[in-house]
Amino acid sequence: MLAADYRGPHRVRASSKPEPVIRHPRDAIVRVTRSCVCGSDLHLYHGLVPDTRIGMTFGHEFCGIVEEVGAEVTNLKPGDHVLVPFNIACGQCHFCKQGLFGNCHESNPQATAVGGIFGYSHTAGGYDGGQAEYVRVPYADVGPTLIPDWMDPDDAVMLTDVVPTGYQAAEMGGIQMGDTVVVFGAGPVGIMAARCAWLFGAGRVIVIDHLDYRLDFARRYAPAEVYNFQAIDDMAVFIKKQTDGLGADVCIDAVGGDASGSGVRTVLGKKMKLEAGSAIALHWAINSVKKGGVVSIVGVYGPTGNMIPIGNVLNKGITIRANQASVKRLLPRLIEHVREGRIDPKALITHRIPLEEISDAYHMFSAKLDDCIKPVLYPNGGR
Amino acid sequence: MAQKSRQMIDPAEVNGWGVDADPRNDPTYPMRNRAGDTKGGMDWDRPPLQRADIEVLRSMEYNRRPAVFGTSSAPSGISGMVRRAAFGYSESDWRHWLMLLGADRINMVEGIVEDLSRGHVPNLPAEMGMGAEWRHNRDGLVRKLAIGAGVVVVAAALWGRKDHHRSHARRPLRRLR
Repeated sequence: MLAADYRGPHRVRASSKPEPVIRHPRDAIVRVTRSCVCGSDLHLYHGLVPDTRIGMTFGHEFCGIVEEVGAEVTNLKPGDHVLVPFNIACGQCHFCKQGLFGNCHESNPQATAVGGIFGYSHTAGGYDGGQAEYVRVPYADVGPTLIPDWMDPDDAVMLTDVVPTGYQAAEMGGIQMGDTVVVFGAGPVGIMAARCAWLFGAGRVIVIDHLDYRLDFARRYAPAEVYNFQAIDDMAVFIKKQTDGLGADVCIDAVGGDASGSGVRTVLGKKMKLEAGSAIALHWAINSVKKGGVVSIVGVYGPTGNMIPIGNVLNKGITIRANQASVKRLLPRLIEHVREGRIDPKALITHRIPLEEISDAYHMFSAKLDDCIKPVLYPNGGR
Repeated sequence: MAQKSRQMIDPAEVNGWGVDADPRNDPTYPMRNRAGDTKGGMDWDRPPLQRADIEVLRSMEYNRRPAVFGTSSAPSGISGMVRRAAFGYSESDWRHWLMLLGADRINMVEGIVEDLSRGHVPNLPAEMGMGAEWRHNRDGLVRKLAIGAGVVVVAAALWGRKDHHRSHARRPLRRLR
């Protein structure tokens, strides 16, 4: 089969690989029809995530058709069209029972801090991902969800990560009616977080980024007030001027370790790897939120450490909430939002690309070429 | 007073505004459903265990291997040796992660060697997506190539001058002999 093949930082190609097989009675094999390239895939692509091995197939946002199921999978059958949450979750461990499907304790031997994730390095379990014609799906009786007949597959594939992660970012903000919410990052997740902030009753939604085409998109899609940080001298002062001098009620870090905006942090975190990426967005979030406010983190950082103003977290009494999205928990509500027209996931897709052109897809997304916001790969011709 | 933004949006005009508002959303609910909290620790009914027919490294913070795991790219070669050593440290220890990052870089070189040993010369520009760069940022690509070529030419010229100076500096020594 054809599959993504990681060859080192900034290098990926489509290669011929053996088809996956059932390795566990709760496995399924899914023929992939759509697979997104995620902003967090770029952390892998840029070499920021430890234990990213040569030859791995990336891809944790995909949907497709069930090809084969293991002996203990009774809720799916070959031919079912499914969307597959990016979390690999057993559904019965201490954490899954609490709805923490992103924190499963039975899916990742290499690290206790994170549950298994498709195609996301050995630090997330060493699973080959969905940027391929076929993929092995462990615990197929838990994660995969039937795509409703009325749903466009382009909407379905966005429900595997982007939409739930953006939604959970807003949810973790504990937004109350009328709150001012600042979202750092106008990538797909940041845009979706801004959209979802309204659903929780935000009174103002502000999005910060440095790419005008993305800010324009966020302004129209969310909708949101948008500002380019390159035109702002001091972020904390700017947000306080916007919020009566107090700061925002909720700040969302939807960027993670690949953030631009600080030359020093770029050198220390992204070039020299002395930090787990550049944490400038988180720094801004902590210093821009009001006392007693909430900082919600969905941007991905490496596992080592970052310089952040933790003293201000204490002195301001900030609550920090963060997690990988618990996709399975959120799906029923999100499917309802899509059906009711409150969220239009596929509108985020700007580029539809055959799997064969994966090298160009990654570079285009990474270098922000051609006003790229969300590229989706189509293995098997999208069928 | 807050600065009046010209971009101000009326929430009432936003489709779905407030439909998920929840005044009970405190810092732990609804991320964590405490009703499902198993007080007894790791005593849940375990899934069947996946058979390990490849080498799977395990975090030392686990007291048992999780039931399932990925089978992509087993550790091998020099990078594999470094990875095995890295798993001698916990996830809390920076050496664990720094060794894994080091192994990743070694693995990159191993990947090229592996390609060549199979008679495959990797097309580095293509793998780096230069096709997209050519289509969407041709001027930028040409500028980068020109700068790169300039740097090479300047470096070569400096190197040549250095060699020239060295050869001049050696002559008197020869005469002294």
